Amino acid sequence: MRKASMVLPAVLAALALGGCAGAEPWVKPYERELLADPVMDWDRDPVSSSYLRHVYESREGARGAAGGAGGGCGCN
Amino acid sequence: MTRPHALLASLLLLAWPGPSTPARAGTDMRAPAPGFELPTRAGTTVALDELRGQVVMINFWASWCGPCRKEFPVLEQMYRKYKPMGFTLLAVNVEPDTADAERFLADTGVSFPVAFDRENKVSSAYGVSAMPTTLIVDRKGQVRWMHRAYKPGDEDEYLNQVRAMLKEAP
Amino acid sequence: MRKGLAGVLASLCFTAAATAGVLDDDRADILYHRYDGGGVTIDGPSLLVRKKFAEQYAATASYYIDMVSSASIDVITTASPYAEERKEYGLGFEYLRDKVTYRLGYSNSRENDYDADTAYASISQDMFGDLTTLTLSFARGWDQVFRRGDDTFSDQVDRRVYGVDLSQILTRRLIAGLSFETVTEEGFLNNPYRSVRYLDPESAVGYSYQAEIYPGTRTGSALALRGRYNLAERMAVHGEYRYYTDDWDIRAHTAEVGYTYGLGDNWILDVHYRYHTQDGADFYSDLFPRRDFQNFLARDKELATMTSQTFGFGVSYGFTAPWLSFLQKSSVNLRYDLILFDYDDFRDVRSGGYEPGTEPLYQFDANVLQLFVSGWF
Repeated sequence: MRKASMVLPAVLAALALGGCAGAEPWVKPYERELLADPVMDWDRDPVSSSYLRHVYESREGARGAAGGAGGGCGCN
Repeated sequence: MTRPHALLASLLLLAWPGPSTPARAGTDMRAPAPGFELPTRAGTTVALDELRGQVVMINFWASWCGPCRKEFPVLEQMYRKYKPMGFTLLAVNVEPDTADAERFLADTGVSFPVAFDRENKVSSAYGVSAMPTTLIVDRKGQVRWMHRAYKPGDEDEYLNQVRAMLKEAP
Repeated sequence: MRKGLAGVLASLCFTAAATAGVLDDDRADILYHRYDGGGVTIDGPSLLVRKKFAEQYAATASYYIDMVSSASIDVITTASPYAEERKEYGLGFEYLRDKVTYRLGYSNSRENDYDADTAYASISQDMFGDLTTLTLSFARGWDQVFRRGDDTFSDQVDRRVYGVDLSQILTRRLIAGLSFETVTEEGFLNNPYRSVRYLDPESAVGYSYQAEIYPGTRTGSALALRGRYNLAERMAVHGEYRYYTDDWDIRAHTAEVGYTYGLGDNWILDVHYRYHTQDGADFYSDLFPRRDFQNFLARDKELATMTSQTFGFGVSYGFTAPWLSFLQKSSVNLRYDLILFDYDDFRDVRSGGYEPGTEPLYQFDANVLQLFVSGWF
């Protein structure tokens, strides 16, 4: 599908750029207190969100792209 | 289908630990520790220059940082054991609003000094690039080791490095 | 049927995101779930446990039961009410090394007429000062379809899911995400009990039924954009938009907005609104002009032109119980969602006295309740 063939080069580019860790982060590790708050979690309770996702996917014709990694305190 | 195979290939590509960030291993170095003066929890002021002659461990931490909180008991143990030998520890809190930090300190009794870097000037001067960051400064005021991140077991490295530096002359 | 896929995507979702360089905390959750709507009641427990080892490895285990009591519109009009049980268990494994998290997992779902096995793998990498997280995921599913009352019937579904997810911290207050996922399925994709309707002048009611016939393959993709913004201390808003399209000609837009508020040390409140709209599959019709009208025939309302709206809220109370000394923290939680389903081309044939094709369009409300307790140890 056309969309897939556009995404893949972008992904590979991101992977290649990942090696250039020289980019200075504009949000410093010590500035992440707001992002570390549980209210900023994409998914605080996976047991609950996966259930609700199941409710929708078994009743609607669309599925996928739930996502939700990253964010948080960025420690270690 | 070529698309799934290509995606699988990029999955393998990611499997190669290409972009390696030395988050775990302590980095050894030799650079003058930037001087600073910060207010402490006790209500006084601490200046790094006044600690010259001792081995100083500077730990940048925040109450919202899980590994930072885990590291505290380990730091307390080190402080108690090596203080008589000329070791001191300064925990620099990086939060602009110190209410949560003070609450955490009240719950977790520690005896080492805690300073507040509310404006993040010291964090910035030391190029803090991970939370927590633990530096060890020798008796001559040179930063000799920088540890980014904390995982249980890292304290063994700290102990070896501190013991070695305590043997050095001021 | 959709059950296997839901299991696949649900298992991908049980593996909650780990923040940069740290695996998620050890926790156990026990949930009671209850769905009530359109003549169907499904309830049961769901358990989820995760434990870390040496801060580098984590294992997860899940167990889920659906106890179904169904007198849905499809069942009432073409069959008889039934009760059944579906059980699902899952196992997962995570390995963290520097900034990369590897995840592997397996889940199995079983009911008296459907078995689904799913295996998944994903790699997550943090980069650019831990502001960016890129995840690639792959899942493979194998379903076995049976039919109650017909021991001779058995068929299969083969499923592959490919996903890419990019999460980006934009400011101290704002995080955004972009996800893309493709699902491709092959095999017996329809329901062995469901029928389609066609005009039949010889029938007393004016229409008759025949078994649905689906294509043997389905490939669909979804692209979603989401954001979460910290308005003020302990207050966050989030929004999400997803576009879905597949080769059955279904096109769907889904959007959600929500608000999360932390009250004091213990309470977290959520409210959210979700809107979903879809164009039906090209071989879907509520009433075909005659028997064997075309190669593929469907009357599954899931594939109809429809909208759903959800109004939901959640309340969470976190506490530290001294009498539960092995738990560092616990919480009790309640979530409730009201989902309004509205069909544009699926008609309610339960009420008599209508010319075929003029029956009222079907709509129903569903109440979804979740009660759960969580413990961190």
